[in-house]
Amino acid sequence: MNGLDVAKVREDFPVLHERVYGKPLIYLDNAATTQKPKIVIETIKQFYSRENANIHRGIFCLSERATRRYENARLKVKEFLGAASEKEIVFVRGATEAINLVAQTWGRAFLGKGDEVLITHMEHHSNIVPWQILREEKGIKLKVAPVDDAGELIMEEFRKLLTDKVKFVSVVHVSNALGTLNPVEEIIRLAHEKGAKVLIDGAQAVAHEAVNVRDLDADFYVLSGHKLFAPTGIGVLYGKAELLDQMPPYQGGGDMIRSVTFEATTYNKIPYKFEAGTPHIAGAIGLGVAVDYLRGIGLEWIAAYEKELLAYGTKKLLAIPGLRLIGTAKRKAAVLSFTLGEAHAHDIGTILDRAGIAIRAGHHCAMPLMQRFGVSATTRVSLAFYNTREEIDRLSDALREVVEVFK
Amino acid sequence: MNPDLRDLYQQMIMDHNKNPMNFREIRDATSRAEGFNPLCGDHLHVYLKMNGDRIEDISFEGAGCAISKASGSMMTAALKGKTRAEAEGLFAEVRAMLSREPGMPVNAEKLGKLAVFAGVCEFPLRVKCASLAWHTMMEAIAPTGKQVSTE
Repeated sequence: MNGLDVAKVREDFPVLHERVYGKPLIYLDNAATTQKPKIVIETIKQFYSRENANIHRGIFCLSERATRRYENARLKVKEFLGAASEKEIVFVRGATEAINLVAQTWGRAFLGKGDEVLITHMEHHSNIVPWQILREEKGIKLKVAPVDDAGELIMEEFRKLLTDKVKFVSVVHVSNALGTLNPVEEIIRLAHEKGAKVLIDGAQAVAHEAVNVRDLDADFYVLSGHKLFAPTGIGVLYGKAELLDQMPPYQGGGDMIRSVTFEATTYNKIPYKFEAGTPHIAGAIGLGVAVDYLRGIGLEWIAAYEKELLAYGTKKLLAIPGLRLIGTAKRKAAVLSFTLGEAHAHDIGTILDRAGIAIRAGHHCAMPLMQRFGVSATTRVSLAFYNTREEIDRLSDALREVVEVFK
Repeated sequence: MNPDLRDLYQQMIMDHNKNPMNFREIRDATSRAEGFNPLCGDHLHVYLKMNGDRIEDISFEGAGCAISKASGSMMTAALKGKTRAEAEGLFAEVRAMLSREPGMPVNAEKLGKLAVFAGVCEFPLRVKCASLAWHTMMEAIAPTGKQVSTE
């Protein structure tokens, strides 16, 4: 495809043709979860209708087929992220589980009292709380790099905080609440110079631009399938093979072992060591198909289209009296977080909902960031490549109605 | 505006949102409680000054949406001077109004001005906003020692 034909891609997403309160649905909550293309929905239906079996064990046709499809999905994800080997792709429930896995395995094994973990002020709760839990357990120190009024990471401060004591850096690639695109390449380079390992939370990044974990030199990279047009309950932990090899297992159970006696157990090789129990087989297969679908459209076209849509949306929103954008970084993903005069985000959400417009109102699981900007909540519009200028026009009309109500 | 929305955001609610009554701390409160709606971040405190069994003064403060703020304002206005039992009775009426099936009647006689919140039941996601101040007041008047959460 040369460029992005939005009318055509919209045909791929059944839910975009739903109506709510008698009005066509305008779905602008893509940072919370994305919609699923027909091909993903059909694949899952097909799997449960015709192919369902457990993997890695049954010696019959269906199990062999399910195993092949599951492992094939791993290969697709490996290609998608530019990983060196499929061994480096661990299937988990989502980005949250992936971060917890790293904190509870790498963190527990290699961090001790006085070691420092550096995060940023714009982290999602899922990249704060796992480190606080580890702090309780191991006595590590958690440090937070500040952001400026535009919502950009203050690199000078980050560099200062990155002392020799910092053993691990965990940073969000794209902020879910602000849209800020962090300079992760530079962050990783600086951290490596100090000998620290780096995890990048890519939950909000991978649906919007091409990511190559080897070019970035990330030690760990995590994502959630459901924010990537795939089902909920499936996600990915990418980790460099040498690191995954050194890490103790996360959960114990079937599939993660080589042999078990009551005296001693030997663990399976990576990535299986981290995949205890029957995984979300259909979800992984669905993720593989979603990744194929995205590559078919071309992430470069998606990025270009969203950039244009973000510029249009920014202009339209800033023309509304009393609207204040929270998050005005120079490099941004298609997220528009804002406050509107005295109107509370929750009230805005209700009024937009009745106009058929789905947005997020609240703290976006980033309460420290809300405090940083002196707000208890914002209204967040988050775009995907199937959104249109017409939808933004209708959003703008509905927001003007909010202004009228709260005059 | 669509009629459901007009029902929700009635003028009286918008006025109380803009200029809430009793929106302050009572320094010599005899009891106080904190209420929190973790889903949306609404957060408020209710202060009570009891004189025996009677509410001599009541106030609230905090941050929240128009519905939660108007509810706190109108609640404090309705409860000042009432007895504990009367406050509990009114709480029960408000709760019945908010959780009733849309289209069912409300006890307008008992609710008085508070019947302005009758339209909230059409918006299930907003019931918590309207009830937060009331739940917090109940914790202040009959403490269980817990922070009030609408979750």
